[in-house]
Amino acid sequence: MSNEQNMPLWEVFIRPRTGLHHKHVGSLHAADSTMAMHAARDVYTRREEGDSIWVVASSHIHASDPKRSGENFDPASDKVYRHPSFYDIPDEVGHM
Amino acid sequence: MYSQGLIGADDKTAEDQAFLDAFQKRIDAEEKIEPNDPMPAAYRSTLIRMIGQHAHSEIVGMLPEGNWITRAPSLRRKVALLAKVQDEGGHGLYLYSAAETLGVSREQMTEELLSGKAKYSSIFNYPTPTWADIGTIGWLVDGAAIMNQVPLCRCSYGPYARAMIRVCKEESFHQRQGYELVQNLCAGTTEQKAMAQDSLNRWWWPSLMMFGPSDTDSQHSDLSMKWKIKRFTNDELRQKFVDATVPQAKLIGLSMPDADLKWNADKNNGQGGYDFGAIDWDEFWRVVKGHGMMNKDRIKARKKAWDDGAWVREAAQAYAKKQNTQVAAA
Ligand SMILES: [Fe+2]
Ligand SMILES: [Fe+2]
Repeated sequence: MSNEQNMPLWEVFIRPRTGLHHKHVGSLHAADSTMAMHAARDVYTRREEGDSIWVVASSHIHASDPKRSGENFDPASDKVYRHPSFYDIPDEVGHM
Repeated sequence: MYSQGLIGADDKTAEDQAFLDAFQKRIDAEEKIEPNDPMPAAYRSTLIRMIGQHAHSEIVGMLPEGNWITRAPSLRRKVALLAKVQDEGGHGLYLYSAAETLGVSREQMTEELLSGKAKYSSIFNYPTPTWADIGTIGWLVDGAAIMNQVPLCRCSYGPYARAMIRVCKEESFHQRQGYELVQNLCAGTTEQKAMAQDSLNRWWWPSLMMFGPSDTDSQHSDLSMKWKIKRFTNDELRQKFVDATVPQAKLIGLSMPDADLKWNADKNNGQGGYDFGAIDWDEFWRVVKGHGMMNKDRIKARKKAWDDGAWVREAAQAYAKKQNTQVAAA
């Protein structure tokens, strides 16, 4: 077994029938994108989970570093003026 | 899954008290731990062992039921059994993927299963000599698995929790088709009903053993609970399982093979529950250590599947390599 090459890893994204964004559902190993697609259909859509599949080689994904979560995401928390409720308008205007 | 370059980078984290306290604070705040987050080495190794065993159990679990696919007595039963066994294969794959996020490779896990180093659930080392066993397995074995898996949907490790949510969605048909099958046998001829009772007699105690050693003897329970990998102890889950299944057996005219089984109104903080007899832990450890009835056959079957599939894996990779070279040359 040890002289076999490792099968590449693929990330699987499915778009649900409701038309929402493709969503990450898991991963699998396959030799190439065609086989990854076949395996993704068999493994992740046995119960009408979606009507479109993306498979992406895992090595192509670049993730943010959790150690830098603070500097990346904290600055958004004190910017309340990015939300509609920050602004006062007369009640008579109704829904806006 | 995710960027594997970072995985393992935190293994060298100095696990001083401040580090462990910060980690525990995240756990207590019900934050999910994700693959690239700092985590104690023992958290990582506990999860690798636990998810790996779980994955192997799903894969080996296909064998006892696969034994009956060609002999299912009707098309209805056959499509149900095929779909269930296929689901179990899928569960194994979701779980292997979750374990891989912790830095262990699929090849390594497969090697450890085939060499006997890695364990899988003791229940799959019992044989399935009669058709009734297919019903009993769905009802009790999948029933016990569900009892165990539902709280795992809230496991502190994100990829494991997400895999469990998918698995749980798929499990409920497994248990229902099994119970329906047993119920039909019980409504049939005297011989059919006897076959159902005989099957229950053989599977009841091994099903209770599925929850693992008693809390007083379990070495891994404390940390797993503290880190919210598990939410209930082995004995708590076992009690829930007994309380749920005893009435189900009664309803279809079967009885558990346990003379000490009786209702105790004081149990479960006064809500009532069943007292049950002593579990034969010697049998449990015998089977775990490789001396169950089917241990050798199960590993032999997995090894044969792996070896027989080698040429397919090699051909697929050779083809992919050739395609890549042609694309590069064009
Ligand atoms: Fe399963
Ligand atoms: Fe199942």
